[in-house]
Amino acid sequence: MKLDVLHKLNAERAARRAVVLVTDIASGEQRLVTAAEIAKDPLGALIEKRIRMGKSGMEETPQGKAFFTVHVPSPQLVIMGAVHISQTLAPLGQMLGYDVTIVDPRTAFATPERFPGLKVIAEWPDVALPPLNVDRYTAFVALTHDPKIDDPALKHALARDCFYIGALGSRKTHAKRVTRLKEAGLTDADLARLHAPIGLDIGAISPAEIAVSIMAEITARLRQEPKEAAAA
Amino acid sequence: MLSRDEDILKAAEDWRKEGRDVAIATVVETWGSAPRPVGSNLVIDNEGNFLGSVSGGCVEGAVVTEAMDVIDSGKPKMLEFGVADETAWNVGLSCGGTIRVYVEKIS
Repeated sequence: MKLDVLHKLNAERAARRAVVLVTDIASGEQRLVTAAEIAKDPLGALIEKRIRMGKSGMEETPQGKAFFTVHVPSPQLVIMGAVHISQTLAPLGQMLGYDVTIVDPRTAFATPERFPGLKVIAEWPDVALPPLNVDRYTAFVALTHDPKIDDPALKHALARDCFYIGALGSRKTHAKRVTRLKEAGLTDADLARLHAPIGLDIGAISPAEIAVSIMAEITARLRQEPKEAAAA
Repeated sequence: MLSRDEDILKAAEDWRKEGRDVAIATVVETWGSAPRPVGSNLVIDNEGNFLGSVSGGCVEGAVVTEAMDVIDSGKPKMLEFGVADETAWNVGLSCGGTIRVYVEKIS
């Protein structure tokens, strides 16, 4: 591999963009296809499918046997609310391989003491979220119960096409949230993408148990439905 | 965490920029039960330092040795390891699978 190819590959990964390295097995020739270049690539359809599955592999192409090394960004978990549930959810997400960020403008909650070793941002969503590169490889969770914080955050997550968006609150709380967000211009299709009440129904009671139910639901979204959708 | 592939490839880039000769080994095909999925990387420098893995530790030693050849010659190599291939390679996979590993130099 040429050093400049490796450098570009690492740069795309650092920017959280999908990228595929195509290696011609017979000649050893290589080229990099970035997410932006897929559409005009002769093997675009093949590459698109591989990125969707997140799977590297060998393929017979019109030019001969080629190996496709697929790099999709590692999943990110963004948690709005430095609350009790987050104190379990954040380290749990980290253990499962997510890059975790906690956002809460309330400085009494967003302290490093409450979240040792984790990235905590004590800012409002409009300041904290844009630099985070919230994207389709991001799971987004709103846990503050405060519409001033959760509502703009959820709007941001919906606009960025996160693979999972969950919002804490009872059915009653969620109904009020739906009314507010509709008045703010969101559609039924947008709102249908929100997981609320949040988490799998495992009878969770304690904050830590609720964190487990949320992480389980995120895992299901990551591993099950996109795959099934890709196969269809 | 240095176990992630992106960190391994970043390390390969850093090593090369430090002036070391570096090879990258990639699992390109697996049959049966293989310990590491297709796409897994092992990076090796000219002194035999390595990061990452292409198996659960079964064939890394042999891949490192072959990588030295690739670093010397500059020519990529396709290696195959499996229980049925003991004549070609002295090491095999205890899990019973077969893997094919592509080794290339960073030029």
